[in-house]
Amino acid sequence: MLGLNSRDFKLFVIVCIMALAAPIILNPFPTGSALGQSFNAGYPALLQRFVIFGILAIGFNILFGLTGYLSFGHAAFLGIGSYSAVWMFKLLSYNVLPAILLSVIMAGIFSVVIGYISLRRSGIYFSILTLAFAQMSYQLAYSVLTPLTNGETGLQVYNGDPQVLMSAGDPTIPHLFGITMNGQSQLDIAGWSFTFQNGYYLAAIFLIASFYLSIRIFRSPMGLMLRAIKSNQTRMSYVGLNTKPYMLAAFVISGMYAGLAGGLLAAMDPLTGAERMFWTASGEIVVMSILGGVGTLIGPVLGAGLIKYLENIVSKINDNVLHGWFSFMPDWMDNLFVTIIHPFIGKGWHLTLGLLFMAVVIFLPGGLVQGGQKIMGKFSRNKTSDAKDGADTPAE
Amino acid sequence: MSILEVKGVNKRFGGLQALGDVNLSVHENTVHAIIGPNGAGKSTLLNVLVGKLIPDSGSVTFDGQSVLGRKPYEIAQMGISRVFQTPEIFADLSVMDNVLIPCFAKRDGAFKMHGIESVSSEKQLIEQAEQMLAEVKMLDKRNMIASSMSRGDKRRLEMAMCLVQEPRLLLLDEPTAGMARADTENTIQLLKDIRTQRGITMAIIEHDMNVVFSLADRITVLAQGTPLVEDTPDKIKNHPKVREAYLGEAQV
Repeated sequence: MLGLNSRDFKLFVIVCIMALAAPIILNPFPTGSALGQSFNAGYPALLQRFVIFGILAIGFNILFGLTGYLSFGHAAFLGIGSYSAVWMFKLLSYNVLPAILLSVIMAGIFSVVIGYISLRRSGIYFSILTLAFAQMSYQLAYSVLTPLTNGETGLQVYNGDPQVLMSAGDPTIPHLFGITMNGQSQLDIAGWSFTFQNGYYLAAIFLIASFYLSIRIFRSPMGLMLRAIKSNQTRMSYVGLNTKPYMLAAFVISGMYAGLAGGLLAAMDPLTGAERMFWTASGEIVVMSILGGVGTLIGPVLGAGLIKYLENIVSKINDNVLHGWFSFMPDWMDNLFVTIIHPFIGKGWHLTLGLLFMAVVIFLPGGLVQGGQKIMGKFSRNKTSDAKDGADTPAE
Repeated sequence: MSILEVKGVNKRFGGLQALGDVNLSVHENTVHAIIGPNGAGKSTLLNVLVGKLIPDSGSVTFDGQSVLGRKPYEIAQMGISRVFQTPEIFADLSVMDNVLIPCFAKRDGAFKMHGIESVSSEKQLIEQAEQMLAEVKMLDKRNMIASSMSRGDKRRLEMAMCLVQEPRLLLLDEPTAGMARADTENTIQLLKDIRTQRGITMAIIEHDMNVVFSLADRITVLAQGTPLVEDTPDKIKNHPKVREAYLGEAQV
């Protein structure tokens, strides 16, 4: 189906359903309840981040997962995508289509240049080169290129901007041919209320398309060549293959994915700043991939989702919320638990992430996907004795 | 007719003359062995042939074209394949994929921007790879991950990867080094079969005299970076200079 084998097709359908039904699936608790307020993730601002960073991670995985080249500067392409998109808003109109197009193209151009230079080296040197380029981009955006990037303030649309394609009746917020990005409809059932936002669905469609393309790349001769590069570059050149252009192609594709993610970020919220290119942002992409499962198709999306979930959910929990949870205990015990948990919540969510990351790297080097497979393996082994086959095949 | 011509090649590493005025010609449809004691410059010579090292002077031509200054992948595309001392295979990939990659390289050249058609739609190449695997008796292992195989199987797989490209010259760097007796015998047999079935020109660098004498048509003896003699195996066996070179090594 659709040029996919049956296993990939199943995975693709699951991702489609997850993406389209996320506003429902991620609201498991009634909206008004205490659990719902703490743990529900089905609100547009967070859902957008899930899919946009999912796209970013899918693209990153085409480079890191297939070829093993660890780029530590992918946030640069994200930032370039965002700046390009906002410039399109400023110059043309609030229509997101040209904005997203330009962000992909600009990220592509920059990744050709950065990739061409960085790919002269491999291993740690490649990582350092990409990191250096990303930091350079950050510094340029932050200070030197202020006319282009509006420096510290960040780039945004002002009333005086040309917006030459803007006609009188057009919305003054990002839209797709009149459909505004933050337009939404609400569905209330019993205690639950689900929000379906236009912007989210635009991003989700891009996620589905990106995911589909990534499966096709993984299964194509190109994907085979990239895996071969990861496995043995010496043999690669002695069978007569030039590894450089293959690597560059992977780098550019992955950069364009990042550009798309950057463009979508700007489409959801038409302003951007240099901090989007900072090295911690690049590091976050690496952590996403590793958490989810490097080189697997679905892993990076899961990793991106998990990090964005923790970032938004754990950081929202504060001492008052905790006291609420532990209120059934005696006071001294309540206070004790809150004191222990305090460093891991709110601003300390990075600590939780760090511990989780360590646990995954140590116990599940294959990431969440490997964890999932282990669980699935346990279940199927109980059912049938020959299910071992399925559990042992490489994670996809 | 000679397919590979090495003329007056010199290579120095600092104070060490690794190769000194090496002349060598490998004729089509022959097996040419290059032997010599440790440090004789065998591996240096091989690395010059595949473009990994550039000699200080001299010329190396393959089928009339100079190979000097070309990258390894360009030389491979000219029709020279190399088998390594320790098998260089795509260890993380399946046996089938290992053989498919050289098929792609043969058909599409050094680089092609492939579309997103799946690998499994390349019926012709898959058939070609299957035939090759059948020839080396590995078809039943096609879905195994290459790293999980025995040393002997890895060697056979590497050989299959080279042969599927139908090279005009096959370079073998100590193909039996570090192998158990049985594996060595198997490898010799495999090389003999390749020879009779495909008539591929081979240049072998080898330590094991047993291998050399049972395969080679011509032998060049290298000592201290210079060819000592070049002759048929029978003559080499009893050549006084050769005995001297090897005995000299034994005394150390």
